[in-house]
Amino acid sequence: MKEMLEIRWHARAGQGAKTASYLLAETALEAGKYIQAFPEYGPERTGAPMKAFTRISDKPIRIHSQVYNPDVVVILDKSLIGKVNILEGVPSDGIIIVNTTQSPEEIRKQLNISDRKIYTVDATGISLATLGRPIPNTPMLGALIKIIPIISLEEVLDQLKKKFEGRFRPEVIEGNLQAIKRAYEEVKGE
Amino acid sequence: MKTTFKKIAIEGNEAAALAFKQVNPDVVAAYPITPSTEVVQKFSEYVANGEVDTEFVPVESEHSAMSACIGASAAGARVMTSTASQGLALMWEMLYIASSLRLPIVMTVANRALSAPINIHGDHSDSMGARDSGWIQIYSENVQEIYDNIFQAVRIAEDPQVRLPVMVNFDGFITSHSEEILEVLDDDLVRRFIGEYKPKYSLLDVDHPMTMGPLALFDSYFEFKVAQAYAIANSLPVIKKVGREFGDLTGRYYDLIEKYHTDDAEYIIVAMSSTCGTVREVVDELREKGEKVGLLKIRVFRPFPLEEISNALKNAKVVGILDRSIIPGSFSGPLYHEIVSGMYHLDKRPIFQPYVYGLGGRDITTEHIKNVFTQLQEIEKLGRPKNLIYIGVRE
Repeated sequence: MKEMLEIRWHARAGQGAKTASYLLAETALEAGKYIQAFPEYGPERTGAPMKAFTRISDKPIRIHSQVYNPDVVVILDKSLIGKVNILEGVPSDGIIIVNTTQSPEEIRKQLNISDRKIYTVDATGISLATLGRPIPNTPMLGALIKIIPIISLEEVLDQLKKKFEGRFRPEVIEGNLQAIKRAYEEVKGE
Repeated sequence: MKTTFKKIAIEGNEAAALAFKQVNPDVVAAYPITPSTEVVQKFSEYVANGEVDTEFVPVESEHSAMSACIGASAAGARVMTSTASQGLALMWEMLYIASSLRLPIVMTVANRALSAPINIHGDHSDSMGARDSGWIQIYSENVQEIYDNIFQAVRIAEDPQVRLPVMVNFDGFITSHSEEILEVLDDDLVRRFIGEYKPKYSLLDVDHPMTMGPLALFDSYFEFKVAQAYAIANSLPVIKKVGREFGDLTGRYYDLIEKYHTDDAEYIIVAMSSTCGTVREVVDELREKGEKVGLLKIRVFRPFPLEEISNALKNAKVVGILDRSIIPGSFSGPLYHEIVSGMYHLDKRPIFQPYVYGLGGRDITTEHIKNVFTQLQEIEKLGRPKNLIYIGVRE
């Protein structure tokens, strides 16, 4: 891992990108890392395109500007491709993870790029199966930590239990745990 | 003695609410406003859950919030509140009354732009507008500092030598809505540090009846105001002492200003709040290349620590002063005015370049800061400052 890892989350408001960006940060903190996480607040309304950010480092994080060159971009809603510039500032070795039923090759064709590393996972399908609702945030987190093993699957599952306990019903928590595990297994690269 | 404390990930506003909870004030009167809402929202949860003993007064406006705080504080209560932007603007006349009555109210302000156009994001227009209101103003760089500054604010405000309200500022959204690491202090330690509040004067103390805020015309008003000016000036050593004591307990020491590689620096940037973190990154990077650059962070803006600032800056060649608020019709922002006029009489002083940046939450990046340091070298060759430079604006 380079000195500081920067992750940008693209979603529509209501899909849980803020929660995912925070959950990742909180898990990384438990694992002894330094963290920072924040959403971008614009005109807030459900369904509007939004972004969230996570920074993870082995050294204290002092910077307070936005993230311009993310190492990883996580796209919770595939319909944003073409609507917002999800590639903005992503270096040629950057990683793009998309919630879709399509293959990485198909997404590459759609994005019309030859560099960057592309991964896909059907996070909406997984959350429908495990939670009965299309909330792709936690499965996307599962896919992310498979590709970038900054923290272990067990650490994420433990942290989710801690964060969600008391706030959600046990079956919702269990559904999220299953969703993370499945996405961790099912994410595909090229 | 340094002990290790529990580390959690938490947003700035929630950290402020947690500090409020640990202070457990007698009265909180507040009206929520973006980007400060979560302080009041979270604190009202603590109230509803019975986790504090506070009398929580949900009022109908910020003007009423400060009015209720003033009443409660005059009655001898430990009082806290929270606001931002338009809310602080609506408190205006009551701010002056709180400080003139020497009431030790502690208020957090999530600094935000003023309308119009309407904007919910961070700049210092709100608190800079209140800079002459007689409140002590402390600015916080990150989530940890918000939390730490609140406890220190209670001690400073209530110190018998001070008895003045304190505003704890932090950048709206940038810090208020950013999740960062917080070292949480034990409740016991907080209680020991802030102590029990014993008001010197209280309207409810019927054995010692007194009047607050009576009519004072040309024969006595002036003396009251000068006494108040002395009081805030005399808070400087108290703020330093409290910062040292806090450091002895936690390992995190606070002062009026913070000098970051300024001792041998030729080019210095002066900034406040969250931007200081971004400047530190650039200072480290340029120092590695052998460039003599530094950062002077202004933590306490009121009272203005002129002596400390002068000593930190006087040997530099060029100083760039970064204001996050604008004074339409003037030649610079307020921080520039204070520093330059305060250092005017020194025999040896640097060239000062005024900057305004970040209005309405406009981002300030490491590239911007690097560019400022480059400009400071050009200004040295020029031998005089340029007109006010706006960072990152489309003109």
